[in-house]
Amino acid sequence: MREDRPPPPPSRGGAYSPPPPDQVLENVLEHVLQFLTFRRDRNAAALVCRSWHRAEALTRSELFIGNCYAVAPRRAMERFRRATAVTIKGKPRFADFNLMPPDWGANFTPWVTSMAQCYRALEKLCLKRMFVTDEDLELLASFPSFRELVLICCDGFGTSGLAVVASKCRKLRVLDLIEDEVTDDEIDWISCFPEGETCLESLIFDCVECPIYFEALERLVARSPSLKKLKLNRYVSIVQLYRLMIRAPQLTHLGTGSFSPSEIVAQGDQEPDYSSAFDACRSLVCLSGFREIVPDYLPAIYPVCANLTSLNFYGEACFLCLQVLDTVRDAGLQAVGATCKDLRELRVFPIDAREDSEAPVSDVGLLAISEGCRKLQSILYFCQRMTNAAVIAMSENCPELVVFRLCIMGRHLPDHVTREPMDEGFGAIVKNCKKLTRLATSGLLTDRAFSYIGQYGKLVRTLSVAFAGDSDTGLKYVLEGCPRLQKLEIRDSPFGDSALRSGLYRYYNMRFLWMSSCRLTRRGCKEIAQQMPHLVVEMINGEEEEVKEDYVDTLYMYRSLDGPRADAPSFVTIL
Amino acid sequence: MENPKPYERGDLNFKATELRLGLPGSEEVKREATSSVRNNKRASPDMAEEGGYKGGSNANNAPTAKAQVVGWPPIRSYRKNSFATKKNEAEISGIFMKVSMDGAPYLRKIDLKVYKGYSDLLKALENMFKLTIGEYSEREGYKGSEYAPTYEDKDGDWMLVGDVPWDMFMSSCKRLRIMKGSEAKGLACGV
Repeated sequence: MREDRPPPPPSRGGAYSPPPPDQVLENVLEHVLQFLTFRRDRNAAALVCRSWHRAEALTRSELFIGNCYAVAPRRAMERFRRATAVTIKGKPRFADFNLMPPDWGANFTPWVTSMAQCYRALEKLCLKRMFVTDEDLELLASFPSFRELVLICCDGFGTSGLAVVASKCRKLRVLDLIEDEVTDDEIDWISCFPEGETCLESLIFDCVECPIYFEALERLVARSPSLKKLKLNRYVSIVQLYRLMIRAPQLTHLGTGSFSPSEIVAQGDQEPDYSSAFDACRSLVCLSGFREIVPDYLPAIYPVCANLTSLNFYGEACFLCLQVLDTVRDAGLQAVGATCKDLRELRVFPIDAREDSEAPVSDVGLLAISEGCRKLQSILYFCQRMTNAAVIAMSENCPELVVFRLCIMGRHLPDHVTREPMDEGFGAIVKNCKKLTRLATSGLLTDRAFSYIGQYGKLVRTLSVAFAGDSDTGLKYVLEGCPRLQKLEIRDSPFGDSALRSGLYRYYNMRFLWMSSCRLTRRGCKEIAQQMPHLVVEMINGEEEEVKEDYVDTLYMYRSLDGPRADAPSFVTIL
Repeated sequence: MENPKPYERGDLNFKATELRLGLPGSEEVKREATSSVRNNKRASPDMAEEGGYKGGSNANNAPTAKAQVVGWPPIRSYRKNSFATKKNEAEISGIFMKVSMDGAPYLRKIDLKVYKGYSDLLKALENMFKLTIGEYSEREGYKGSEYAPTYEDKDGDWMLVGDVPWDMFMSSCKRLRIMKGSEAKGLACGV
């Protein structure tokens, strides 16, 4: 786009000449547009006319790249020259579950290289599912204003990269490592933070599977008066957690580390008063962790067993988000339902993530949560047994639900009481939860479930489907019925070429479509590729060497402004 | 469509009431057997198993197999790994034991897994509470020492530490109590 504007008229002998109308408008526009924060509003403003497009581009400070291969780094940075905060997402989500070979792509290096030239003033960076190297981190650390780094589900770096960030980013306020794979380079990165008071506001490292030097962490917390979010890894024992909590009562978000005694400690001193430590953290709104939970310690947090009312400081629990393991059992969830009335987000993970494990949470727990936590907006729930009745109850009790992700771990499991498919439950969710934008299904589902989704899920943007449906019709319902659908990920479901073709006119409006182990043929995918030139259609072969039948292992397709990528590995065929 | 047996539905709580001849601690084996039976009878639609398409990779075509499907359940591997490790290390439940001593104001907690056997455990208790416990003898318990270590087992009975083989002790012990010697005399029954 052009940057030129009409030149100002020459002034005559001191008389004031106002700037030409175009320029006035542009100045005003820029001032006004600065107040636009929502991405969608900005995108709409940019489409009005050229001058709006220009003004919007100059005033956009937060750049969001939903798919790193949808646009080349240069192109994005030349349009939005003044962005100081960047978010980039790379691999599709199913890559998290080993459904894609590890070196598929999503390399951060070309982005950081461009940033080194175009975005020297970068302040904030958030990367999700990107491959980030230690060298990339080192380059980032050299940006003088850099202060927030959030890495989610990334890999490719280690503690040596973290050490460089810690030591060189003098203004670092946020270092959030969420579900990353961090290699242990045997460097104590916590000790690399410079001495003196820090401006750290958030330090999240629960995913870092490397031991840390606790005294260094304790000193760091002590000299970080602005620290609000602290999420520890499992190498921090419950006694160490206690020491940190009493130093940082201002915490709002806490990840508790292992929440079990380390061996050394267990044979020693008197038990600290954990419940009073939690009580002292009056601002806590988010609680997670419990990586190596010893159920005995749970009472410090909330009454799990009936005889522990003496530790019931949760009379006025004000948790907004809670993340627990299913070791809390249905009874624990009942306690949460009874006390956490303002709960907005709940995640219940299984301690034994196998398909046939004995999960201690079920429809009973879900029902209890739905009855107690009426303001619930987001839920992720792993279980082994579920009923339509409980899901329907949740749809009726929690009308504010925006995210509903239910994982019944046994594949194709029906309602364990009625033995019917889970169609009605999920149908009720899409029908009654009018704000729902994200849905993940599980259990035995027929095409009927998809007809409900297509009929009622008008705001759904993200849909995850696994081991579900009967025929192409199921997928067709969704592609034809959900106008806002952006991200569709499907695995192991009997959807084929005909269904794929039915969504042709939708795919430019979607961020991506993932279909693995379905009934797509190479020919069917090729057809799509030929008809949609701005779609990149990737066929990804699984690990096996042998030639499979005509069905495609994995189809991953996405729109792109800059054509197929140049860094595709050998197991990826771009049609 | 088979009728699921009552014990599979779980509503009769069959498992809780059944009489077994097995030793305590052998529940794990039984549970696995039950769940694999459940796999066989699970209502699985034909499509998943027919040759029509391959679900995931490798061994998920046989409904009877307990083989895990790639990437299912959808949990990030780092979460799975840490729990799995812990589970492998701690195959017996209730490893953390509360230890109380008569006359002492505080409870301690120990991790039974750390100890290789009774002598290890007793030495640790002696260090922890600064006392001597002495030697265990089958007939006379801890005769001659001021204190005797006892434990409450799964059935709620108080036993002398050392009465049963170490493995059985590890799986049945619920908590420990160091009693004054005089009180413990009645426990030394040597059955």
